[in-house]
Amino acid sequence: MLNWIWIGLILAALLAAGVQDLGLVQLPGADAAVAEKGSRMAAVTEAAFDSAKTAVNIVIGLIGIMAMWLGLMRLADKAGLVQLLARALKPVLRRLFPDVPDGHPALGAMVMNIAANMLGLGNAATPLGLKAMEELDKLNPRKGTATNAMCTFLAINTAGFTLIPATVLGILAAAGSKTPHAIISTTLIASGVATITAIVTAKILERLPAFRLPPHDPPTADEPGAGKEATR
Amino acid sequence: MRELLQAVATAVSSWAVPAMIGTILVAALVRRLPVYEEFVEGAKEGFQVGLRIIPFLVAMLVAMGMFRASGAIDVLKTIASPLLGAVGFPPDLLPMAIMRPLSGSGAQGLLAEIVKTFGPDSLLGRQAATMVGCSETTFYVLAVYFGSVAITRTRHAVVVGLTAELAGFITAIWVCRMVFA
Repeated sequence: MLNWIWIGLILAALLAAGVQDLGLVQLPGADAAVAEKGSRMAAVTEAAFDSAKTAVNIVIGLIGIMAMWLGLMRLADKAGLVQLLARALKPVLRRLFPDVPDGHPALGAMVMNIAANMLGLGNAATPLGLKAMEELDKLNPRKGTATNAMCTFLAINTAGFTLIPATVLGILAAAGSKTPHAIISTTLIASGVATITAIVTAKILERLPAFRLPPHDPPTADEPGAGKEATR
Repeated sequence: MRELLQAVATAVSSWAVPAMIGTILVAALVRRLPVYEEFVEGAKEGFQVGLRIIPFLVAMLVAMGMFRASGAIDVLKTIASPLLGAVGFPPDLLPMAIMRPLSGSGAQGLLAEIVKTFGPDSLLGRQAATMVGCSETTFYVLAVYFGSVAITRTRHAVVVGLTAELAGFITAIWVCRMVFA
């Protein structure tokens, strides 16, 4: 799926830039961008290299924050706080992630990630979420293939439920809005609908033949056959 | 009432992280853990996780960057405008709807533009703001989260993310029309 979207995005970019450079499509207001780089195709080329550089810069910035949160998470884990959180929210978590055993550290990390997202603490949310993914992957018998729990967790994450959309409020305020906070209520409703849709679709789709986990693994050296749990 | 709510929200946001750090340290102390050593041990992983994400993020961002720079979104808007008008979707919000799952900064840029053109307290401005607020940069999240554990077979994750996004957008447009129009 990601494969096709990736190919589609790049081919769409080449096609769109191509038709504009050949003069087949005229876009209003596109002259400025073209004048700056010479042609649409040149702008696309430059964007490819710039983006590759940006990706590494983002990761460099993330490494320090990751290290800090992973250090704190190890302490929280060893002190039993993560398990405590997982146990407190057991009734909800058991429904959302039936494949993850009670009190597993993955549950605690997921709760902390979702809480950080709700509070709009992006810097904390990503490292906590990555910790949760690492813990979920320990329960994954088929490395390289997403588990149901991972997909449900990411469904909640991509729906992006936030109590206070701080960045958006900032943009509205900067534009001179008299009532920027008017959108807080509408955002809550819309992101609530998005989150519920995400969970429900994830639960339905995980059973469809097209997305179901394969019953048999391809026979590889380090993975046990069907019907057996991972022995590692 | 609104001021009080905002004050509480600001306080919660600025106190959440310090409170968490404090709780963790106190709990670790109570358990008599070697706090400093354990912290450093955990922090070591940060670098590995970062390295593991890089190829996935490069792949994603390069595709996004090319797509954005090509003007493909504007081409789509030109083609799809009459169709969207017919189903009641404001064509001016289409670029935002396409950009949102691909690029957070791109969507914020578009929001700033819409707000400048139509006014921050206009219906269109509020619809756009709600759309940005109610969703996430789906493809970035998928690339980083799955990338960190080297997962390439993502099964239904993409479809679920985009379905949720669409549901959020439709709700955003509809609710704003109900409340503000």
